[in-house]
Amino acid sequence: MSSENDIVKLESISKSFGGHGVVYNLDLCIKDGEFVTLLGPSGCGKTTLLRIIAGLETQDFGKVFIGGKDVSIIPPNKREVNTVFQSYALFPHMTVFDNVAFGLKMSKVPKAEIKERVKEALDTVMLSNFADRMPQNLSGGQQQRVAIARAIVKRPKVLLLDEPLSALDYKLRKQMQTELKHIQRKLGITFVFVTHDQEEALSMSDRVVVMNEGVIQQDGSPKEVYENPKNMFVAKFVGEINVLQAVIEKTVNGKLRANVEGRQCRLTKKHTYVEGDKVKLLLRPEDIRLEHIKDADSDYPLQGIIEETTYKGATLDSTVRLDSGTQIMASEFFDEDDPEFEYKTGEKVAVKWVDGWEVLLPDD
Amino acid sequence: MTEKNRFKTFSVTLISVWLILLVLVPTLMVIAVSFMTSNTPGEISPVFTLSNYKAIRDPLFLQVLADSFEMAFITTALCLLVGYPFAYNLSKYKGKFKSLLLVLIIIPFWTSSLIRTYAIIIIIKTNGVLNNILMAVGIIDEPLRLMYTETAVLVGMVYSLLPFMILPLYAVLEKLDGKLIEAAKDLGAGRMRTFWHVVIPLSMPGVIAGSMLVFLPTLCLFYISDVLGGAKSLLIGNFIRNQFLLTRNWPMGAAASMILTVLMFIVIYIYYRSTKKTGREAI
Repeated sequence: MSSENDIVKLESISKSFGGHGVVYNLDLCIKDGEFVTLLGPSGCGKTTLLRIIAGLETQDFGKVFIGGKDVSIIPPNKREVNTVFQSYALFPHMTVFDNVAFGLKMSKVPKAEIKERVKEALDTVMLSNFADRMPQNLSGGQQQRVAIARAIVKRPKVLLLDEPLSALDYKLRKQMQTELKHIQRKLGITFVFVTHDQEEALSMSDRVVVMNEGVIQQDGSPKEVYENPKNMFVAKFVGEINVLQAVIEKTVNGKLRANVEGRQCRLTKKHTYVEGDKVKLLLRPEDIRLEHIKDADSDYPLQGIIEETTYKGATLDSTVRLDSGTQIMASEFFDEDDPEFEYKTGEKVAVKWVDGWEVLLPDD
Repeated sequence: MTEKNRFKTFSVTLISVWLILLVLVPTLMVIAVSFMTSNTPGEISPVFTLSNYKAIRDPLFLQVLADSFEMAFITTALCLLVGYPFAYNLSKYKGKFKSLLLVLIIIPFWTSSLIRTYAIIIIIKTNGVLNNILMAVGIIDEPLRLMYTETAVLVGMVYSLLPFMILPLYAVLEKLDGKLIEAAKDLGAGRMRTFWHVVIPLSMPGVIAGSMLVFLPTLCLFYISDVLGGAKSLLIGNFIRNQFLLTRNWPMGAAASMILTVLMFIVIYIYYRSTKKTGREAI
């Protein structure tokens, strides 16, 4: 895991507040130039972890390395990281210019250079014309940009972002996501981004670290985390997912035959389970295909009854009650060529999925 | 007319009548008297004169005025020096005694401040508590002479007015967003520079409000300098009191108090301007 170009390295970090454990024995390495997202529900320890990297919180146990240097007991003002706070934390008694210049003034950068670098930072976030404004006279989105400019102006080794977009409305948030990504690529700074929004995490990051109750649940690319969740927590937290009960019945040439919700199904992908294993079969709603049952005698593996359909514009979302009683969600794209692409409530449908796209997890 | 409007009219009328009868009318009377003549003590004849204001050019009076402002200034500075660290630490304190500490600031108000001033005498007089302790411990050989000095007056003033400094400072510091301090540290500011560049500027509204609440009363308080300073320290408050009660030259006293009022208005105006600039935006 650990290598030469790790910009941040956390070694067995533990932290508790008033007897409540928040982070347990956690190891994490972040490579130079990576966009890493810490994803998890509130209270999972992601913000605490970020604050430990920033030095705003001191770990009870473990070590923090930044750029190969042990900074475990170095105060925040001497660490080469900067933070974009959730509440922005702009200094209300300073203009936008002075806010952005603050960090440079503290490191005694010459005045002429400060001016130049502040201008450059404000250009990056497209706020060049707002240098003389007071922060409270800016909109939320603009304040957000100032906070980013203030944090990048010092060219830190790592930029820490603590749910920076959570206060913005949907459209602005989407726009800022793209912009942040651009800024990160342009500056080549390592970003450590904290969010509880899985969509944000998937669309922005090179790597997603899913956390729950102070422990890393999965650490991988957005694709890995979404398509191959390592456990039930990750599966359920990252995106919508259907959970079906299954028992492995037979293995034929490495391929499985399983009893899924009381019906015989063949699984074409290779899995490591053996006969008799109880498993959970996970399916993303968009991987499910529903079919009208025209011939009542046909033997479809899984069948169910349409309970509700919701028109979502690009997709048609259906709730299906399987014969076993389990409820599942299917999300299908409209097919221009199929005028019959709609289901009536109460209609019996066959439930299929793209071969091999299922995920099996042990049932505990 | 709705119920709410009627209440509004009632309370506004009540306050207006109160202010007119007890503030505006007496002030107008003082202004009127300050332009009248007094030939014998206690007597006022309605003859217009400016002599009461001319008398103020007397170097003795100007000296009293200067002393009073100096006293007020030093008192304010001392209150700020003592009160700021107290208020700052109190606002940071997260323990369970927080409200108790706040109550301790207010408890002295339960006793008349005149009585508390007399209590100071018991502590600082020649064979008082302080001297006895210092001598018993062996720090001094003979009692310090503290009574009837400017120091004694200063001690009394700071003691009486300190809560007025601490409370507004505490109110502002309590509301100070901890994230701003974290942001300053994150951007490379150490403890001192965070305090200087972030905490102090943002607590300016409290500093100014507290200073006003200490500075203005110090100018008018007369019994503290009377009780602790004796005849030696004459402040503007004592001067006015003497004109009314001892010399019984009411027009002279009225003129002196008008001058004090005008000077205080100027101070309040400066305060108003400064809050407009820093305070409103900071909060």
